[in-house]
Parts: sequence; structure tokens; C-alpha cells
Amino acid sequence: MALLQISEPGQSTAPHQHRLAVGIDLGTTNSLVATVRSGLADTLPDATGRHLLPSVVRYRDGADVIVGEAALAAAADDPLNTIASVKRLMGRGVDDVKTLGGVLPYDFAPGDGGMPRICTAAGLVSPVEVSAEILRTLKQRAEAALGGELSGAVITVPAYFDDSQRQATKDAGRLAGLTVLRLLNEPTAAAVAYGLDKKAEGVFAIYDLGGGTFDISILRLNRGVFEVLATAGDSALGGDDMDYAIAGWMLGQAGVDVATDLRAARRALRDARTAKHVLSESAEAAVQVVRADGTVWEGRLGCEQFAAIVDPIIERTVAPCKRALRDAGISASDIAEVVLVGGSTRMPRVRHRAELVFGRTPLADIDPDRVVAIGAAIQADILAGNKASDEMLLLDVIPLSLGIEIMGGMVEKVIVRNSTIPIAKAQDFTTFKDGQTAMAIHVVQGERELVSDCRSLARFELRGIPPMVAGAGRIRVTFQVDADGLLGVSAQEQTSGVESSVVVKPSYGLSDDEIERMLRDSIAYAQEDSVARDLREQQTEADRVLAAVENAVAADGATLLSAPEREEIDRALARLRSLRANANAAQIRDGIAVLDQATAEFAARRMNVGISKALSGHRLDEFS
Amino acid sequence: MSITITERAAEHVRKSLAHRGRGAGLRLGVRSSGCSGKAYVLEFADAIQPDDEVFENHGIKVIVDRKSLVFLDGTELDYGKEGLNEGFKFSNPNVKGECGCGESFTV
Repeated sequence: MALLQISEPGQSTAPHQHRLAVGIDLGTTNSLVATVRSGLADTLPDATGRHLLPSVVRYRDGADVIVGEAALAAAADDPLNTIASVKRLMGRGVDDVKTLGGVLPYDFAPGDGGMPRICTAAGLVSPVEVSAEILRTLKQRAEAALGGELSGAVITVPAYFDDSQRQATKDAGRLAGLTVLRLLNEPTAAAVAYGLDKKAEGVFAIYDLGGGTFDISILRLNRGVFEVLATAGDSALGGDDMDYAIAGWMLGQAGVDVATDLRAARRALRDARTAKHVLSESAEAAVQVVRADGTVWEGRLGCEQFAAIVDPIIERTVAPCKRALRDAGISASDIAEVVLVGGSTRMPRVRHRAELVFGRTPLADIDPDRVVAIGAAIQADILAGNKASDEMLLLDVIPLSLGIEIMGGMVEKVIVRNSTIPIAKAQDFTTFKDGQTAMAIHVVQGERELVSDCRSLARFELRGIPPMVAGAGRIRVTFQVDADGLLGVSAQEQTSGVESSVVVKPSYGLSDDEIERMLRDSIAYAQEDSVARDLREQQTEADRVLAAVENAVAADGATLLSAPEREEIDRALARLRSLRANANAAQIRDGIAVLDQATAEFAARRMNVGISKALSGHRLDEFS
Repeated sequence: MSITITERAAEHVRKSLAHRGRGAGLRLGVRSSGCSGKAYVLEFADAIQPDDEVFENHGIKVIVDRKSLVFLDGTELDYGKEGLNEGFKFSNPNVKGECGCGESFTV
């Protein structure tokens, strides 16, 4: 325990001055970066003034990766190499991906450890690597805007994300070179952005319908402390589903088969999105589909047809809302405010539905696309140590229960869902066989009773248990969830003290080795790149020197050089020529130096001759 | 809810306050920061705020805001030496883990 000294009021964080910290909303459709400057939090635009970065990454063969607007623009023409909505794949396994395969038009290759990889023109990429490209772009934008290196970032995740999805997000942050201060639940960030923490007490509902996820969160303010009472949602429901549904309707009308005409499908998807935006303000939108044979289907999408397509999707938000209210033990009338988050809440039909569920007009003053990033920035500013000491402390809950497998494939829950984090809980288990010296611990996450219905997070073994009769061993299993919602599990045999532990490596996440390999690769390539650049520079210089000397020898060699001198220069020329063809940069540099030395005297003579030529025929006084 | 301070610590606070010449007491708090999530605040207090709780021990007013109190309930503040270094020590029963330097902790 450190020894502390008393500080002057408000000066507890004296050692470091202002540190640059950002909040990042890593969204399914769009991502944003925000920061706090002079006490005001706002999102940062790119060089062209756009705040939203489309979460789209395009890979090319032998060329730089493109992220954002330019990648989105190419999506229709290069569908297989242009990755959109990658957030849906974060922390998912190959099996999970198959269920999404119908809506995501990419080539998947099974990766190590069950993590899916997407085949692109630039090779196989994992969802974590794709997300890292998006984060890297936002990091560069922030560093350009703030004029310095970032000390840290808060990245938001849907409240519904399970452990492997959170871990994958954190991995992406690390891969992008960010110091991830904290993962923050999106609804909590939204509440912070609205300053609900500045209010008196109250219960609030955050209705977040984004591009790819729906979250409903019930937050309570209690004595100035935020508490997440309950969260519910659907991690595969959002505006994208509406786009797909509209595009599906369009393609159906045009008689185009999605599987055989990917290009038409991607283009229809883009047009569907535009039509959806138009229909938020107008009663009708014009739509068209260009078939593979070049023929065009044109149609109109009216209000009623639009409602028939999107209402079933919007309706799917209602059940989670009711479940969250039930979990929180409150009724809709207890909700003091409803906050709308996510671009899809701009749709009048969505607002109307949210209002019906909670019986009050929702808050929507802050741009629903930016509100999460702004809240994250406020939190990042506090975590970076730039704020006064009595700022809010956020309490979050774990979204799904955590437990271990017991005999018979059953789950024993150790930490139940909606427990506030950080939290640590221990439970005692016993040996079930005489002389049992090891115990396998299987950590699972989920609400179901059977292991097979829950998500497997990690397995590890406790070895070295002294032989005892069945039931005599006492194994204490401790679960600890940190402020990011990440889990560590340890097991200790109580009589002997032998211990074993694991920081949960989610089954579908990246192992540290994998992360290291990726980081090493990126460093190795950086070296390779710089070596190649050096070589090219030296080759260019060699070409320039060779040409200059050859020209000089051709012009003045016969008159100014003796035979041995001429031979020496010829040798140096020949050597440099052969080095230039197949040597490394250092050898070429050496060859240039040798040639320079061999021609130094020659160059001096040529200079003298040049001067006397220039002077001849002129009187000296012309130059004075 | 209670916060206590040992007599040894109170003696040092009294001396420090007397040297400073003003102050209503000693403010203890918790903020989100540091390598393990939260860090202690230990400051002179010039005023008692509306949402502060005040605990009086050995003639010293220990002032804690209610948000921090959640994480500090049951804490004893002591004063100790470690080699040439000396200072205040928090014994906080809410702490579940600390960072290496011990200046930040998790609850």
C-alpha cells in the first residue's frame, strides 16, 4: 500500500498535466471519435468535415487498406473485399457466422481456434483485424485534431456483448495501438452524455436501435451513483436488418437472385438505405435495381409498403423492453426519461413505437448518432485524470450469468446476471472421486441450466490436489469481473493451498500469442518496408551517379585522364553497376563512395577546365 | 457507514492543518483513475459541501462525499513509515485488488 500525502483541494492529480483521451463509438454501421476540450465534449470530424466514419474496410491486392467513405463507395463494385458490419462478427465463432452467412456476402475461411477469417484480396483477415483498421483511422483523426499522441481511449460496446465479444473489442483496440482505458456500455455512455447524472434521482430507459444492435437499458440514479438495473436486447437486430429487408423486397420485385448476383445485391442494399432515409421525411421513395444483364427495374416504395417491411423488425424491440422492465422490477410508468440512441431512432416509426412502450415522449436532443461517443469521451476524460476528483463513478452490471460446469453437464452459477461490477465471488466445490488429484474447471456464460446451451468461455485444470476420499477436498472457485466486464477465475484447494487460475480467454477471441504474432507481423513488415525504401533510394542515387560519371568520362576522359586513372574509374563504375543490380542498400552506398573517391581528382580537373573555358576570350575586368 | 482515523494519523493531520493555517478538515474520496480503476483522494477541505458526510475522530473532521462513501465505508486511515518514506495509509475493506504501486485499487 502506497503512502499518500494530503493535497490541496482539487490537486490530487498533480503529476501529469492535460492528457489526451478520447471516446470511441465503434459502431456496426458508423464509428465516431469524440473528446473533451475546454470542458465541452464533441465528436471530431475528419479533414472533410464528416463526423461519421462508415465502419467499412476495403482490402486490395498489394495496396493500402481503405477505411470509411471511400470503402463504402466501393462496396457495390467490390463486395467480397469490402467488409461492412464487421461488429456483428466480433467474438463470434465459425458456427455463429454460418447463421449470419445468408446476410453477409463474404468468403469465410475457418481460422485457428474457431475464429472466422474472411478471404480478401489482401489475404485472410479476422474481424478483430478489420475492427482495428477502423480504430486506427479514428486514432489518426484524433491525433491530428488534438495535436498529440493519445494517452488512452474509452471504447463503447453494446451492453449485451458477452465476454468474448468484449475481449475481441479490446484486442482490436490494442492492435490499433490504443491504450484502452475502459470498455463502456453504450447506454451508460448515452446517459452520461445527456447529463442524467447531474439530475436528482430517477429511473431512465435507454432505447438504442443502431445499425446492427438493439439495446434497452434501465438505469437508476441513486445518491449520485449510476446503477444499471437491467439490460436486455438483441445483438443481431438493427437498421441493417431493415436495409436487408428493403433490399430483399426490391430484388424480389425485380426478380433478381441474391446468390447469383452479388453486385446487384450490394447496390440494392445501398439504395435501400437511401430509400429508408428518404422515407423518414417523405411519403414515398423511388427505387431501382440494375440486373446483371443491364436491364433496370424501377419502382416506388410507399409508406404502407415500407411499414409492412420494417414494422416486424421494429416490433422485435418490444419484447426486450418488457423483459428489461421485468428484470428491473419496475413498470413503464416508473421511467422518468426515455433516451433515444442510434441512427435508426430518427425513423418516425421507431420513435412512435418507443413512445408507445414507455408511455412518454423520448428525449432526442443530442444527435442520436453521436450521443454514445460523447458520453464515452466524458468518461475517458475522467479516466485519464483530467477532471476534478468528485466526478461520477459508474456502476455497471454483467449482462449474463457466469458459472462453472458441474457433474451431469449442469451449470452452477457463481455470479448471477445483473450483478454490479466490479465484483468478486467465491463458491466452494468438492471432489467427487476417491483419490482425485485434479479437477477440470469449465467456465461458462449464460442463463440456461445445461452447459450445452451456454457459451463456453474457458477451461483450465487444478492439479496437485492431495489424495482424499470423495467429498473431502474443498476447492474454492473465485470469479472476479473487473470494471471492463472481463473475467478472471481462480481455483484453490483449501487444505493444501494449491492454486490455479485463468484470465478468461474467450473461446472465440484472440489468444495473447495471436495478438503478439499480429503485433510482431506489423512491426516486421514496418522494418521490411523501411529496408525496401532505403534500397530504392540508394539504387536511385547509384543510377544518378553512374549516369553523371559516364557522361563526364565520355566528354573529357580522353583529354583529362591518364590510362591508369581511367582504368580505376572504369573498375569503380563496373563495381557499382553490379552492386546496383543485386546488392543491399549499404553495399550500394559503399560503391557510390568508392566511385566518388576515384573520380574526385577527375572532377576537380574538369572544374578547372570548365572555369578556364568560361574565362577564355574574356578580359579579367569583366568579372570584377 | 463509518470512516475512522487512528490517533497517530489524527496527530499528523492536526499538525498539518495547524501549519497550513486554515481548513475545515480532511477530505477522503475515491475517483475513477489509476491502473486498477480507482484511486484515493486525500486533500485538505476548505468547506463542507451539501452532499458530504462528516465523521469526527480524535478531534479531526473527516469529510467524505456520498459517492465515495460507497467505496470507503469501513475504511481506517492510519499513518506509517516504510524505510525513509512516511505517509497516510488506507485500510479499506471494500478493496478487492490493488495495482502494484498500491495507489489505485478495484472494489
